[in-house]
Amino acid sequence: MYSKGFAPLAWATAVTLTTAFALVFFYAPLDADQGFVQKIFYVHVPMAIVALGGWIAGGVMAIKHLRGGDRSWDMRSYVAIHLSIILGVGVLVTGAIWAKASWGHWWVWDEPVLVSFLVVFLLYCVYYPLRFSIEDPDRQARYSSVFAIAAGAFVPLNFIAVRLAESYTHPRVLSQTGGNLPGEMRLTFLVALLGMTLLFVTLWKLELTAKNASMQLKKLRKRARVAA
Amino acid sequence: MPALPLDEAGKYVAGAYVVFVALILVYVAIIGTKIARIEREISELVSEDDR
Amino acid sequence: MIAAARAILRKDLRIEWRTKESVPAMTLFTVTVYVMFHFGLDRDTLDGELAAGVLWVTVLLAAVIGVSRLFAAEREQGGIEGLLLAPVDRTALFVAKAAALFIFLCAVELVAVPAFALFLLGPGLDGALPELLAILALGNLGVAAVGALVSALAAETRARELIVPLLLLPLLVPLLIACAQATEPLFRPVAGPEDLARWLGLLTLYDVVFVLVSVAVFDYLLED
Repeated sequence: MYSKGFAPLAWATAVTLTTAFALVFFYAPLDADQGFVQKIFYVHVPMAIVALGGWIAGGVMAIKHLRGGDRSWDMRSYVAIHLSIILGVGVLVTGAIWAKASWGHWWVWDEPVLVSFLVVFLLYCVYYPLRFSIEDPDRQARYSSVFAIAAGAFVPLNFIAVRLAESYTHPRVLSQTGGNLPGEMRLTFLVALLGMTLLFVTLWKLELTAKNASMQLKKLRKRARVAA
Repeated sequence: MPALPLDEAGKYVAGAYVVFVALILVYVAIIGTKIARIEREISELVSEDDR
Repeated sequence: MIAAARAILRKDLRIEWRTKESVPAMTLFTVTVYVMFHFGLDRDTLDGELAAGVLWVTVLLAAVIGVSRLFAAEREQGGIEGLLLAPVDRTALFVAKAAALFIFLCAVELVAVPAFALFLLGPGLDGALPELLAILALGNLGVAAVGALVSALAAETRARELIVPLLLLPLLVPLLIACAQATEPLFRPVAGPEDLARWLGLLTLYDVVFVLVSVAVFDYLLED
């Protein structure tokens, strides 16, 4: 049952996210260098972290699917990856907005995390054409899981590589994504991160419930048609 | 580049948060249409069964 | 497993030797791309980062061609079913295909690298050679492992020619970063390796990860 515990989860998400936004605008202090623009980070970075986590979780679920043969794990993997891609669009757009506000350009290559994210995002975009060009449902699930695992292994590798390369040519501009945040900012960031994670799980459960219901319905229709 | 003055910066920050909220709302809308379709099919099945 | 892998590899190499389909095409492709870069960049010679970048991007794009064709022989003669009916360990199949791709890439580079030195490289290759060979070897290993995996992933899809480049190229980004960064100081007017250990280390990590992942998941592909 995918909708188990959905209501409290959704409420927790709403409360946490609202608290996070309130903290961002009423509690967190103004950044000395970047000014008000820095506030974008409280939405941009948690989205990125959750998207990456979602992709890796999708890989783990894919392992479960291949190991046990239970196709429901493939469905869970698919929804996790799909949600992360949507969040990924948000990461890139908010990243571009931040870049424009900080540097005057809609894209900069200076931020290794953002650049690395772009590569990973481009890779995961291929998930859809790969998945939907395979017609046999069993094979579709299996190949998608293989992709999810390989891509999940790729994420940390890519980060390391881009980090090594960019630190070589561009000095690290952003220390905000690191751990050296002053207390109030750190608290705000953590609440935002928690809220984003809860949001992801809520939407994940929501989509799984809808998908599952739709599948069960198809089965019912087939059964009704056969009986008639 | 020096930090933007508050009113200009405000537009960018607002833009970022608007993007985030818009993404979620669009997603919820899509799931909503999926659920609406499911509801329609269920009522069709029920009416077929009643016949 | 080794025996099976060797048998499949020998078959693939024999087919390639007879039909000469992949390697000449890949090699010709690299030279053509050099010419395009000459016109596109409007440069007669390249050195340093530009040279490293052009060389590696060209080689990787040529690799895409090789990857697309890796399972072509099986597909065209219906050999995949034959392979699957026989009790062939999937790992053997992976090793064979990756080894074949590795050998093809080495063959291509035997021509492509000197051609690059001839057409576009400003400083000569002499300062660079031993280190360049190490980079090429580790790089080819990574491309071979990832290429075999991607080729198998795309083998059964309708949109194979589209999926292979879209999948392969992002996956190769860390390898490209490592190879280009390692090669760049070798192509400077005053050549000499710099930070080579770091980039070879990254390459080795990449190779190890993808060989392990590919071997682990290959069993679930091409299985019916």
